[in-house]
Amino acid sequence: MTISKNGEKLPRVSIKPGMVILDIATVLLFILFMIPFGMVVLNSAKTSKEIIFNAIALPSDWGQLAVNVSLIFNNPTVDYLGAFLDSILITAFSLAVIVLFSSMCAWVLVRNKTTWSTVMFMAFVAAMVIPFQVLMYPLVRWMRISGDFMHIRLLGTIPGIVFAYLGFGSPLSIFVFHGFIKNIPYELEESATIDGCTRSRTFFVIVFPLLQPIIVTVLILNGIWIWNDYLLPLLLLGSNGIVQTIPIAVTAFAGAYLKQWDLILTSTLIAMLPVIALYLFAQKYIIKGMVEGSIK
Amino acid sequence: MKQSRLVNILFILPCAFAFVMIIIIPFFFGLYFSMTDWNGINNDAAFVGFKNFRNLLSTPDFLYSFLITIAYTVISIILVNIVSFALSLIVTSKLRRRNFYRAGFFVPYLIGGIVLGYIWQFLLNNILVGIGNAFAIDALRTSFLSLPNSVIWTMAMVNTWQYAGYIMLIYVASIQSIPVSLMEAASVDGANFLSRVFRILIPMMANAFTISLFLTLTTSFKQFDMNLTLTNGGPATRFLDVPVKASQLLAMNIFNTATANRMAEAQAKAVVLFIALLVVSLLQVSINKKKEVEM
Repeated sequence: MTISKNGEKLPRVSIKPGMVILDIATVLLFILFMIPFGMVVLNSAKTSKEIIFNAIALPSDWGQLAVNVSLIFNNPTVDYLGAFLDSILITAFSLAVIVLFSSMCAWVLVRNKTTWSTVMFMAFVAAMVIPFQVLMYPLVRWMRISGDFMHIRLLGTIPGIVFAYLGFGSPLSIFVFHGFIKNIPYELEESATIDGCTRSRTFFVIVFPLLQPIIVTVLILNGIWIWNDYLLPLLLLGSNGIVQTIPIAVTAFAGAYLKQWDLILTSTLIAMLPVIALYLFAQKYIIKGMVEGSIK
Repeated sequence: MKQSRLVNILFILPCAFAFVMIIIIPFFFGLYFSMTDWNGINNDAAFVGFKNFRNLLSTPDFLYSFLITIAYTVISIILVNIVSFALSLIVTSKLRRRNFYRAGFFVPYLIGGIVLGYIWQFLLNNILVGIGNAFAIDALRTSFLSLPNSVIWTMAMVNTWQYAGYIMLIYVASIQSIPVSLMEAASVDGANFLSRVFRILIPMMANAFTISLFLTLTTSFKQFDMNLTLTNGGPATRFLDVPVKASQLLAMNIFNTATANRMAEAQAKAVVLFIALLVVSLLQVSINKKKEVEM
């Protein structure tokens, strides 16, 4: 019988041997899952020589981490800080246009039950099965032609890639918004119309605020993808264009400093940190968003 | 009424325009280019019919990539789903800190394929080999990435590390939607843990299996980022008496073909990838849906 500090008898907690084994196995499994991150942190605080000499040992001087980070940010060949800022701008602008325009489009498609709205919705859904590989090379060529035609630079610019992300992101986002808006009672909008609210005002004042939970889902689904995306930025921005993204900068580092693991690992650490930091704060929403986005 | 019609059009226009410009037009261009001799150096492209597709049948490196992609996809589907199902059972059990584990197992999914490819290249080539040398374990002394026979398995393992936490979330949501009373009743009736899982849990989760298999199938079949930074296609091996890259999956084969300025050939390969993916995923979903009804 367990007796607590103040002498009260606590109810006996039966410990099943199965639970103990599960507990230990889970801890081991969890450590196994986390080892890669631990190794990145350990070796980001070493010099190249130290890594070759002993990659598993603790670093002799954690100050080396700051040295490596400053080496990355002050590197003459790869503009890491610029890539970092461009990545943030591209992700933020893309998410903004995807959320705004997809919700507007989905709302009209739900509320207008005509043949063409059904056809259009089906087209968006069907397009999701097209793999990026079929589109990527014709897309580059087409963006050059149409950009020249409209006198806009679509290749190598932030507006160009944001426009491309709107095209690639809207089918899934419209689909997710569509499913949500269907379940919003139409009476709400009707009474607003009777009160003299215009149609566009009805959307922005009545409907859009109600979408808040599903907007979080759309932001997370698209955000993780756009932040980590490699092929589209590579093709539209080029591997050494003016505008860069984090994944392109990381590959540029690995290409320029072959097997210099101190720099490569530090650059991966810097690339991972913002996402993991965001996850620590918004973990509840991210998990909920991922589940809802995939089940629908 | 006229005004609301205008609003409708204005609201749809941005997405519709982007959709047509980014997906529809390039898609039909792509189908057309796969039947031309587009080379990427000059812009002319003459129509050649199905010649590119016929040539693919006698291109060993493409056939090899196709087969190895199927192997990789099958191994990945099995590994990811077994591991993520096990994880979902763990984090829905009465274990202490289960929410902490659930959050932790998901973290690898947040890291992009490019970044995690480098991390695992370091782990497999330096850390594991280092351990092998330090403790004189012969099996670890050569990197798993340098052997043609183990490289696909290794990539599937890394893929499992990345995706298991995500697929786990789908299984967890499904398990949590099953009434607790059902499992308790079975437990009172004397059903042991395994029979509860196989007789009740798995049949009730049929819908989650459809989604998870579809997601793992499509993502593995299109794998590129991790392939590029983990192995870059290597090591070298032989297939049909021709040297090929042992871990060059389809998406990377397409990319490398286009990099060599053989654009039309790359485009034809991409169309094959599209059709194969379409057929296999439609097949999978229809089989799974049939199973859902039976259960």
